Amino acid sequence: MTILRLAFQSLWSRKFTSGLTIFSIALSVMLLVGVDRIRRGTQVGFEGTLSQTDLVVGARGGSLPLLLYAVFHIGTANNEISWGSYQHFAHHPAVLWTIPLSMGDSHRGFRVVATDDSFYEHYRYRGDHGIQLDQGTRAEGIFDAVLGSAVAQQLHYHLGQKIVLSHGLEGSFLKHTADPYTVVGILARTATPVDRAIYITLWGDEAMHLGWQNGAPPLQAIPESQIQKSDLQIRTISAFLLRTRSRIGTLFLQREINTYKPEPLTAIIPAMTLEDLWNVLSAADIALSLVSGAVLVVGLLVMLTALYTSLNERRREIAILRTIGLNARQVFTLFILESSLISAVGAACGLAAVYVILFAIRIPVENNYGIPLAMVGLSSRVGYYMACVVGAGALLGFIPAIRAYRNALVDGLNAG
Amino acid sequence: MASIPEAIRLQNVVFGYDPRRPVLRVDEMVVHAGRRVFLYGPSGCGKTTLLGIMTGILQPQQGTVTVLGRELTKMSMSARDRHRGSEIGYIFQSFNLIPYLTVRQNVELPCQVHERRRKHILASTVAEEAERLVRRLALEKHLDRSVKELSTGQQQRVAIARAVIGRPSLVIADEPTSSLDSDRQRAFLDLLFEVCDEARATLVFVSHDRSLMREFDEQLALSEISQVCA
Repeated sequence: MTILRLAFQSLWSRKFTSGLTIFSIALSVMLLVGVDRIRRGTQVGFEGTLSQTDLVVGARGGSLPLLLYAVFHIGTANNEISWGSYQHFAHHPAVLWTIPLSMGDSHRGFRVVATDDSFYEHYRYRGDHGIQLDQGTRAEGIFDAVLGSAVAQQLHYHLGQKIVLSHGLEGSFLKHTADPYTVVGILARTATPVDRAIYITLWGDEAMHLGWQNGAPPLQAIPESQIQKSDLQIRTISAFLLRTRSRIGTLFLQREINTYKPEPLTAIIPAMTLEDLWNVLSAADIALSLVSGAVLVVGLLVMLTALYTSLNERRREIAILRTIGLNARQVFTLFILESSLISAVGAACGLAAVYVILFAIRIPVENNYGIPLAMVGLSSRVGYYMACVVGAGALLGFIPAIRAYRNALVDGLNAG
Repeated sequence: MASIPEAIRLQNVVFGYDPRRPVLRVDEMVVHAGRRVFLYGPSGCGKTTLLGIMTGILQPQQGTVTVLGRELTKMSMSARDRHRGSEIGYIFQSFNLIPYLTVRQNVELPCQVHERRRKHILASTVAEEAERLVRRLALEKHLDRSVKELSTGQQQRVAIARAVIGRPSLVIADEPTSSLDSDRQRAFLDLLFEVCDEARATLVFVSHDRSLMREFDEQLALSEISQVCA
């Protein structure tokens, strides 16, 4: 007990060096654990965005781009699926439900997703969470729009607001000024990319482009009041989500879609494609972990240097401790305790910093980059890192401790 | 004389840091209990080595060392460490204090490490005993200050308090006055005698400065004790 107190006071008396050492260890632990937690947080965030969907189907193309634009609103679709093909699979006997998605327009940087009631009915995230309306109703009319919670919050929109959608993504000068939409509902927060989109009906999507030829607007805009659902015909969508009646059906259906003769389509299993994404990113993850590991080694060496260089000026202290009856083993313990305390406090500070930072950045990251970042708890990997840091700190402490022990025996009362 | 118990006895002791080259050879040296003994020796004559042997930090290659009735030469190293901490107070020439502790914490330290010292305090608690001793040495203003703020003379007085707290049977002072000017040497010596008497401790005072010799009950010259030096 006395030795532990001595170790504390000794470190406290060297506040500046101890503080710097703790800071450098905390920083490296923060990097090491931070990289791991952000990676895990992104994985959990991405995986939680879509659940209960067995297949994501789009036009023939890469599976990763399909998943990214259809579910995470990152990137764009390069081809469309015909309404006929969609209908074919929507009514397929192996299919439980489908959610059609049509994208390509935006409003002040937020994606506009045209869909139908099945989105509100069937879309699931993080297990069994469904879409909830915070205010208002679902989009039913041609010019109805429902806002994701982040859209409403950031643009300060409320029910009844008229909004104008633009063709294409942010910065487009083509605005559908003729057809203002009315906000009829605002979704409850989901903490997924769902929050960052505006939902309209498939009719609304078609109405917006009524009279367009080859991607160019008609010379004379058709007034909103004159457009009726009966005038509109849904011709294409961008992608659709699908749930099969049985797990085994999924693989057969995936194959059937991928070899569908009338139209080239791609069906992917979202979890497997995400797995591919993580594999792609794992090289970067390993590189980052290596760099943080190197920083950790530097941090520990800083501690070793600090403790070792203080040894000479502490010879007198060791001699005093010897005269009051501490044995050489206790002097050894004192030095081990000092290095263990430094590394333990550093590791704890680093871990705390990770969570403070994670808590602070998750909302901005989600809002600015659309990357869902979940708050994740500790894992065995983090526990392993922490144990390594404290263990390595204590182990490195052996070097000055052994020197101190030898000084204690050799110097005796002679140190001066 | 024979009726007075012996505090220290060295018999046929030979010691060398290198066993083939002894630096100390003592046929017989006796310090009687309760005496104030002045041990004189010029620098480089093995004074600190002799003190190392008396405190049990160094173990001689030959001979027997008996301190306060315990034969150090037959004890294990950790037993000698315990014996030293609980029975002996030690004052260095200078830099006697742990720099990161306050005056109070430095004085209390032996009582925290050794139960015997804790049991032999005069006041009812260790804290009160430290206060009493510090007041006795006129340092009460500095009780909870860092020892780094103290002058050399003040630091040496704190060292006395630490050496005598818990009334050890033996106090060893290794040139404790050599860093003080002559006026302060007198005052320091008087204080040391007073508190040692209070603790009823045997005092072994080592110095190369013979001017202080007259104050002591008994004088020993290292040159007569150790044959290597002579």
